[in-house]
Amino acid sequence: MEAVYHRYDAVIVGGGGAGLMAAVNLAGQEVAVLSKLYPVRSHTGTAQGGIGAALGNVEEDHWEWHMFDTVKGSDYLADQDATEILAREAVETVYELEHWGLPFSRTPDGKIAQRRFGGHTREFGKAPVHRSCYAADRTGHMILQTLYQQCIKNRVKFFDEYLVLDLLLEGQRTAGVVALSIADGQLHVFHAKAVLLATGGCGRIYQITSNAHALTGDGMALALRAGVPLEDMEFFQFHPTGIYKLGILITEGARGEGGKLFNGRGERFMERYAPTLLDLAPRDIISRAIYRELRQGHGVEGKWYVHLDLRHLGREVIETKLPDITDFVRTYLGIDPITEPIPVQPTAHYAMGGVPTDVSGRVVVDEKNTVLPGLYAAGECACVSVHGANRLGTNSLVDILVFGRRAGRDMGRYVGEAELPPLPAQPEERARALLARLREGPNGDGRAESVAALRDELQREMMDKASVFRTGESLAEVREQVRALQERYQQVRVQDRGWVFNTDLVEAVELGFLLDVAEVTVEAALARQESRGAHYREDFPQRDDVKWLKHSLGRRTASGALELSYKPVTITRFQPQERKY
Amino acid sequence: MKVKLRIKRFERGKDREPYWAEYEVEAEPTDRLLDALHAVKWYQDGTLAFRRSCAHGVCGSDAMLINGVNRLACKVLLKDLGQRITVEPMRGFAVIKDLVVEFDRFMEKYRLVEPYLKAGSEPPAKERLQTPEERERFDDTTKCILCGACTTSCPSFWSNPDYLGPAAIVQAHRFLFDSRDEATAERLVVLGARDGVWRCRTIYNCTDACPRGIEVTRAIGEVKKALLLGKR
Repeated sequence: MEAVYHRYDAVIVGGGGAGLMAAVNLAGQEVAVLSKLYPVRSHTGTAQGGIGAALGNVEEDHWEWHMFDTVKGSDYLADQDATEILAREAVETVYELEHWGLPFSRTPDGKIAQRRFGGHTREFGKAPVHRSCYAADRTGHMILQTLYQQCIKNRVKFFDEYLVLDLLLEGQRTAGVVALSIADGQLHVFHAKAVLLATGGCGRIYQITSNAHALTGDGMALALRAGVPLEDMEFFQFHPTGIYKLGILITEGARGEGGKLFNGRGERFMERYAPTLLDLAPRDIISRAIYRELRQGHGVEGKWYVHLDLRHLGREVIETKLPDITDFVRTYLGIDPITEPIPVQPTAHYAMGGVPTDVSGRVVVDEKNTVLPGLYAAGECACVSVHGANRLGTNSLVDILVFGRRAGRDMGRYVGEAELPPLPAQPEERARALLARLREGPNGDGRAESVAALRDELQREMMDKASVFRTGESLAEVREQVRALQERYQQVRVQDRGWVFNTDLVEAVELGFLLDVAEVTVEAALARQESRGAHYREDFPQRDDVKWLKHSLGRRTASGALELSYKPVTITRFQPQERKY
Repeated sequence: MKVKLRIKRFERGKDREPYWAEYEVEAEPTDRLLDALHAVKWYQDGTLAFRRSCAHGVCGSDAMLINGVNRLACKVLLKDLGQRITVEPMRGFAVIKDLVVEFDRFMEKYRLVEPYLKAGSEPPAKERLQTPEERERFDDTTKCILCGACTTSCPSFWSNPDYLGPAAIVQAHRFLFDSRDEATAERLVVLGARDGVWRCRTIYNCTDACPRGIEVTRAIGEVKKALLLGKR
């Protein structure tokens, strides 16, 4: 089958918040959005508790406080020029969403309602502050819908259910992407001046995760395969309150409204770990605290969970401010949070690392921040870095919107100035070869490996050896296992031989992305001999600013090996201090 | 426990007629139907096709006909389905493969109701004000995840594929009753047209089918009332 060719000024890969925000800001240009899901299915829609912005609608607040909290929350690894932009532009972004019709919950005087959230404080850490702007506990759902609606209004062109397989570079410039139309198996070449990677996270490298099945690190892996490094991949956030065994998220907003954590002995254990912010300490700290309690045998009834108790909030607050999570708990656990505490455990939630960019969303490829012309990244798949070693709740929604918009605007500028580079010779060849290998298997026969079995093994080993607690030993082990899985992946053969909606093939491609992303995650984690934010090394429990106040860059060399290098952190207003809550 | 799944299968361009395939999987009573479908796909038959993503009832990918009613596969537990479970694609949309149906026309109707805020006036520097009561007026219809369960359970839609259908009307309702929207007259023209709300015969299938608990039939009724008596 011949590939179908398209030509656009700009192509956006991913139809979640970052991609759609960029698309709205590129409206009027020749732009196409490629999404492997219908855009309204994107994972932005599952964000619950709110978007952080210092509106000051409920109490005094300032963007400088938001910036400080974000920097401190990042364990001082965030780049402060980018964090300043995040905190400043959050405010206008929330107003823009409101003007576009987003149905925020309201204060009695009609303003956007705000609630408390982990790590967000007034006066540089004195006490929790009401900063998270919310629409009940489905803020992400409303953001995704509002952005998609704006795309409809602006007649943005979508290619729904297209899986991107390859990123095309010509010389040192971006030239487009190759994608598979899932519905009919047709290959498409999109020739473009600029490409935005906005594919979201990669939580499916872990066994217990809040992330959708679709979150397989596509954009990160595509960049890595094109020779671009990935930044700070060792920092992966575990959200403290996933539903026991399932990993489904229970918003931090539940604690923002006053919910409390208890161990199996009925103790409010956060008093011992974060005496000032307690249950509203940042996520890395609470997840570690829960793991410590569980390891000491303080789980509930000896099991691997603690309790999140909302009962004292009362029916009215629970049902009006937290209706969706109430529904999840009732549906999946068969218990009512109004009368019973909720069993929770930490769940893999968010990659702080990703494709390195500057504050305009332009991908930068080395220690000197050299720009790769025409390539952009935004949202969870990118690393600006505003989250450093640990992201604060509500800041991912700020990130996708602030930097999605900046990327969109800069792409608009770029496509006005740049020439369309030629396509590389036989642009779809690599993509075609990948699909052929996954369909035909090793030499057409021989013992084929199964995608599900390899993926299960990857997720289990990553959970066991590279999650909340890590050691040099556990990481070295999982590194070998991931390498072995990469070898076995070469022997994969899918069962479905058809071309029509072949999700067997899609999952096989996605497993390849997961393996690449996991490999960099483990390599960077093994190298970093300190503990910072979400990266906790039991053999190096202290933060070490002398040696490790720097960003990692993991790159695939021509030989196939991974190579690490480092670049400095941008520090402007806030010098690193000991991080206490 | 052991569960028997009877799944209606079909591939566009290959099969002339749909056929039934049976699978048996070992599962926990508290597993989601989606988990059982994955057990089939991952360990028995990789050719089975269905959509899914978030797996907890928010993204709207996996609406299908389960034991004769539209449900999300990720939001229904096996213990509530018995040990013989029938799974079919939603009715009224063309089937692409197995449980995967064509969504393009459904999304076209969504676009037809112009689902975005139309406020002619310049926005203020900060937010537009809206009281909690005004916000509550349309809260129910903001929950829609466009999964298609309501529209494909509607006999009026089955008999007339041009009918806007409950999902598009729910999305229109969300703007019609938003105090910030200034396009009531325009919206009512679309909703009152031949294939608009009057095709609804108040059968309530849509309300039963909605995995988000939206009172769909009531929302459609409120639009009808607005057409007859003006918006209130």
